[in-house]
Amino acid sequence: MSATPIIQTSQLSKHFDKFTAVNNLDLSIYKGDVYGFLGPNGAGKSTTIRMLMGLIFPSAGNISIFDKELKDNREYVLSRIGAIIEKPDFYNYLTALQNLEMLNKLQSVRLSIAKLYEVLELVGLKGREKSKVKTFSQGMKQRLGFAQALMHNPDLIILDEPTNGLDPQGVKDVRDLILKLNKEQGKTILISSHILSEIEIICNRMIIIQRGKKVVEGSVNELLSFNELHVSFEFEDDTQVLPYIKQHNFLTKKFIEVVHQRYHFNLLSSEVAQTNKLFLDHGFAVKSMIPVRSLEDYFLNMT
Amino acid sequence: MNLLFLNLVQTELYKIFRKGRSYIGFGAIAFIVIVIQIALFVDGESYLELGTQSLKDSFTFQGNLLNGYLSVFIILSSLWVHIPFLIALVAGDLLAGEAAAGTLRILLIRPVSRTQIVWAKFTAILIYVLAVVVFMAALSIGTGLLIFGEGDLFVMKDMLYIFDSSDSLWRILASFAFSFLSMSMVASLAFMLSAVVDSSLGPIIMTMSIIIVFMIVSSIDLSIFRAVKPFMFTTYMGAWREFFSDPVDWHKVNTALIALITHIFIFLGFTTWYFKRKDILT
Repeated sequence: MSATPIIQTSQLSKHFDKFTAVNNLDLSIYKGDVYGFLGPNGAGKSTTIRMLMGLIFPSAGNISIFDKELKDNREYVLSRIGAIIEKPDFYNYLTALQNLEMLNKLQSVRLSIAKLYEVLELVGLKGREKSKVKTFSQGMKQRLGFAQALMHNPDLIILDEPTNGLDPQGVKDVRDLILKLNKEQGKTILISSHILSEIEIICNRMIIIQRGKKVVEGSVNELLSFNELHVSFEFEDDTQVLPYIKQHNFLTKKFIEVVHQRYHFNLLSSEVAQTNKLFLDHGFAVKSMIPVRSLEDYFLNMT
Repeated sequence: MNLLFLNLVQTELYKIFRKGRSYIGFGAIAFIVIVIQIALFVDGESYLELGTQSLKDSFTFQGNLLNGYLSVFIILSSLWVHIPFLIALVAGDLLAGEAAAGTLRILLIRPVSRTQIVWAKFTAILIYVLAVVVFMAALSIGTGLLIFGEGDLFVMKDMLYIFDSSDSLWRILASFAFSFLSMSMVASLAFMLSAVVDSSLGPIIMTMSIIIVFMIVSSIDLSIFRAVKPFMFTTYMGAWREFFSDPVDWHKVNTALIALITHIFIFLGFTTWYFKRKDILT
């Protein structure tokens, strides 16, 4: 992590008439970060991202990207950013390749057609290069969104809810791609989501905002280590599990309920392995263990 | 003019000419021009008979009045009110259509200034308007001369003008050139409205409503309306007819040219100013 943030906002605010969408938001994103931007729907994530991309003008505050004020260096800053803003919309009457060719002409560095084919292959659209976008599913449009964001090899990638509309395989592909871009190419990535577990998997730092204000910002590990997970256990044979839980103080305290033979607990990250060991030591073969952490739970735990 | 701006204009033209609605204008003009030419070919003599009836007591007409140049003049007179709608259909969609479709976002996150985007789009619509006017001129003059041949041009305005065949073509071409300027003004109005709203239907309807209201006010000869006429652009749009006067009233033509160009710059200036400050929320 370098000392100078790649993105820094100070006292950033946006008002729409009397409604305050973003309220004195300070955030710092450093080179090499995969930075999670979390908040419930309507928290101000998209408004903030639109301000970072120069689509919306702040009512107050400053945005500095690559150590330059955005308002005075818009073209330079945008030449180094690739982004997906909400759902990716394209010219439906053009093909995937024609869309990229057209956007390519507006970049400071122009790519060859062969390179555009490569980008489309990278995002899983090989064979559909010459299909019109109007024939694409939401997931395919999202993939094309990635292609337009990545094609000019940006230093900073901003992704607003990038897994929206994707099937489970698509979600996994996006996660793998984000991690690959970060690990292998050192890209800095800002990713917004309202799903905490998604951010937990891929981000090293995160911020949570609510009603346009920062709730918390820091390292994902630190922020989530003191916070409880919702974990459900399934056993090979659960006939004696419930009596065992009732006679064990720690488990009784953490136990929530049994639903369809799955035993639900609220556990700290550090307690998950310990709980699993308790069951195994008493001869209960754990068939599966599913940890789930929701943003709602996180908020509840914080307040 | 830098390479990026030329690329922007090229992409804007590409988008305009890849859209079906851009060809509605060409199709409508082709249809109307051909229908008028056929109608004149079939029934033109009786149409002219009706028009010249009152003059026959004072004049003797020799030869065929219905020729290619007259047919073009009739087409120009019939169409200049309707072409603005076809222009607004495309110009009104340039920014609002992209806002509604969400494509404005992927355009505005490129390293291109908003001013360049506005001017590139406007340049592209001017080229489109030029294409429409040239198409209309070529089709109407071509079919007119092919069907009816050359001849002296008779024009009834406040008085009867007779232009020699050799004196007619430049007047027709000049009026088409003037029409280009009028239609560019309409395009700049629709384009300005397109920057303000986020639905493409709105600017088209608003442009036509403004033109229709202004034309109605212009056509009613009341003193209360006379005072506002100089401030309505429609007053100047009909100045193409001055080319069919002898001598041409250049003062009127130049005044109209200046008024239309001023309107274009005002509309384009406002569009640039507004769009540079606009929050893109779609």
